[in-house]
Amino acid sequence: MKFIKYFLVGILFGIIMTKSEAISWFRIQEMFRFESFHMYGIIGTAVVLGVIIHQVMQRTGFLSISGEEPKWKIPGSAKYRYIIGGTIFGLGWAMTGACPGPMFTLLGHGIWSMLLVIASAIIGAFAYGTISSKLPH
Amino acid sequence: MIEFLSQPWHWAVSGAMIVFVMFLLLWFGGRFGVSTNLETMCTIAGAGKVSDFFKVDWKKRAWNLVFIAGAVVGGYIAITYLSSPEPVDIAQSTRDYMTTIGIDYPASISEGNGYVPAEVFETPWSVRNLILLVVGGFMVGFGTRYASGCTSGHAISGLSNLQISSLIAVIGFFIGGLLMAWLILPWIMSF
Repeated sequence: MKFIKYFLVGILFGIIMTKSEAISWFRIQEMFRFESFHMYGIIGTAVVLGVIIHQVMQRTGFLSISGEEPKWKIPGSAKYRYIIGGTIFGLGWAMTGACPGPMFTLLGHGIWSMLLVIASAIIGAFAYGTISSKLPH
Repeated sequence: MIEFLSQPWHWAVSGAMIVFVMFLLLWFGGRFGVSTNLETMCTIAGAGKVSDFFKVDWKKRAWNLVFIAGAVVGGYIAITYLSSPEPVDIAQSTRDYMTTIGIDYPASISEGNGYVPAEVFETPWSVRNLILLVVGGFMVGFGTRYASGCTSGHAISGLSNLQISSLIAVIGFFIGGLLMAWLILPWIMSF
């Protein structure tokens, strides 16, 4: 039963992704070509409001519904992984027009070719996992 | 109500709603970061036998898989019941540019809703389109796990938590995205 709330928020997220048009391949191209403010407006609004919410929650000792401190940070620190991994992701993002959330929402749109993208992304994650110990982080 | 919601949303409304989702996930004890799911799916498929990297307790991450299943259903609901009356309002300069690389933007909703280019997604089995979808998807999966996050985990969650590492990752997203959009994609589309 505890999963139902995540399912409902996921539905909300799929609707937001569709109506925000952030999952449009064309919106991503437009963003990288600097021809519209739309995507910058979405991300900018989210970051500004997100900073405020984080600050308020962290300063007031906000607790999750189970009474624990929320998971604020990704554990671990590194030098190279963010710039190298980020660049590889950016290449794929501009190619497919979809990041890991939108590819699932677009599947809900009935765009079955997304299954190829999703399967390839899972294989990509698998490839990273198998060689991660040999990569610079 | 349905008519009201069916209009394209203003970017400020969309941005605020994304933060609302991030807040709900933190409140529930989770975290807004979708790409972890790609790793979890590898674990469930038995990748732990190949690499210790995948030997994690996936049940602790199951909530995120449920979230992403919801995102599929949400996509279906939005496109079926809340669909906009016009295609996505892409900048005219982007539409003109797309024509030069062989992608026609839909002039009206009867021709398409402007979410994905038909020239790539409706004929996925050509060599060019397979490269776009499979190589592109692979780089998304590999890159997000290498960078330990994607747009949701770094650009939204990380930046709003003032993490320098996320800022570096987002700079990387743009280095890759700009290279692809301006140099590599036009070249691939020429085939």
